[in-house]
Amino acid sequence: MKRIGTLLAAACVAVVALVGGVQAAQAKEWKHITIATEGAFPPYNLTKPDGTLAGYEIDLAKVLCERMKVECTFVTQSFDGIIPALQAGKFDAIMSGMSATEKRKQIIDFSVSYGSTGQAFATLKSSPLASLPLKGELYSLTTNDEGAHKAITELKPMLDGKVIGVQTASTSSRFVDEYMNGIVEKREYKQTEEHDLDLISGRVDLIMASMGYLSTAITKPGNEDMVIVGPRFQGGFLGAGSSVGLRKEDTDLKALFDAAINSAKADGTTKELSEKWFGFDVTPY
Amino acid sequence: MDIDFAFETFMALVGAVPLTIQLAVSAIFLGAFVAFGLAMMRLSGILPLALLARFYVFVFRGTPLLVQIFLIYYGLGQFPAVRHSFLWPLLREPYACAVLSLMLNTAAYSSEIIRGGLLSVPPGQVEAARAVGMPRLMILRRVILPLAIRQALPAYGNEMMSMVKATSLASIITLMEVTGVAARIISETYRVIEVFVVAGAIYLALNFTLSRLVLWAERALSPDKRRPASAAVPIAAATPASTGDA
Repeated sequence: MKRIGTLLAAACVAVVALVGGVQAAQAKEWKHITIATEGAFPPYNLTKPDGTLAGYEIDLAKVLCERMKVECTFVTQSFDGIIPALQAGKFDAIMSGMSATEKRKQIIDFSVSYGSTGQAFATLKSSPLASLPLKGELYSLTTNDEGAHKAITELKPMLDGKVIGVQTASTSSRFVDEYMNGIVEKREYKQTEEHDLDLISGRVDLIMASMGYLSTAITKPGNEDMVIVGPRFQGGFLGAGSSVGLRKEDTDLKALFDAAINSAKADGTTKELSEKWFGFDVTPY
Repeated sequence: MDIDFAFETFMALVGAVPLTIQLAVSAIFLGAFVAFGLAMMRLSGILPLALLARFYVFVFRGTPLLVQIFLIYYGLGQFPAVRHSFLWPLLREPYACAVLSLMLNTAAYSSEIIRGGLLSVPPGQVEAARAVGMPRLMILRRVILPLAIRQALPAYGNEMMSMVKATSLASIITLMEVTGVAARIISETYRVIEVFVVAGAIYLALNFTLSRLVLWAERALSPDKRRPASAAVPIAAATPASTGDA
């Protein structure tokens, strides 16, 4: 009898807890958000030797949380299990350099993008292409497709007949096909490291890859002669960039994040923070 | 299997077939000369030459072709000395590097096949040729080589076919032959089965043609095994002579 009593009591507690939970969900006013990150994807997020988190996303999240007027805590979670854990309610948001791909969009929701490194060119310091014009200019294929075409036309005299290395089936490969067809000769590599090797050895005149990749590649030993040149391209099929991953039902949270990210983009916070962590502006347009 | 997609893939892959054939033909053709040279070195009876050939075969037969291609393409390009040498205009080109590595690799295997063929020539045949006073070069041309080639052909046919398939490795050094294009289509569409089935069928067709050619060459070199279709002519021609004798 005593056991049944205990069970009943436990059931009552559970029901109360459930009802309470449902009520909280209905009138959810976000006071506290737990954000998951990998902590091992610099410069987006990284773990410092003392165990604390740092990186572009960590700094940005502090600003966003302030603007959303919520209290935020960060937890680390390995990237491969991060979406199931979000679904299971272990945390409320993902900020882990995650791109909003179509496949992921089927399962979770994404905020607007807060960081897009885009695609850029690199060549050797000794190459005549090292002085490629439009350095640092950023063209979005979504909002300024005409500008992107114009930029390529402007670079055409210098690029004509040059050999460009790209990764097979990458977005940069598609960009070369669609925007630089007939201007450059394309060589496809299985891995980005391989086109770096061929750039150094002089088999290709320039390479195109994601700016995030190139900015770390040029710091690697052996790649001292590599230099990032010319304009950058983003948007369109080049990808929307990294976004906050959220549960589909938390539409109110998505609205909060969207507003905060848009304000951070508008007042130059993302520019300032990305220049601190990436060395260039990753603000998506 | 999506038939429309498979057909589309087929059209894309057929465009890459000329490169695959070019690679295979140049590698096999050039490799045959190197192989013959190596076999001659092995059989020359001159110890340093024989050892050199043995070492070459040991190295190139004992390491994967993939590793050889990588070392020749990326490895050699690392050294500034190579980049400033007269060889660089050649080694700079992925095509030349691919042909070079395929050729060096097939030469190692083929030299052993040719050596086996040469050793299979019965000494009695050579002795007989010498007895009728044939000069050395004529013995090589008319007795040793036809016999040796016929002996070596089945094994050499194997080697040629494995070379056709080995060209698929050239895609790792940016050459977009059949497998390279197939891999690209797969990473663009995530459809593995259709693409690889079509690619496999293309290699099968290439090697089918090749195996027919080898078979034809084998028969051309084996007059003794052919059906005596024209046998009537020599007999008819010989008859008056024999009656005249009698």
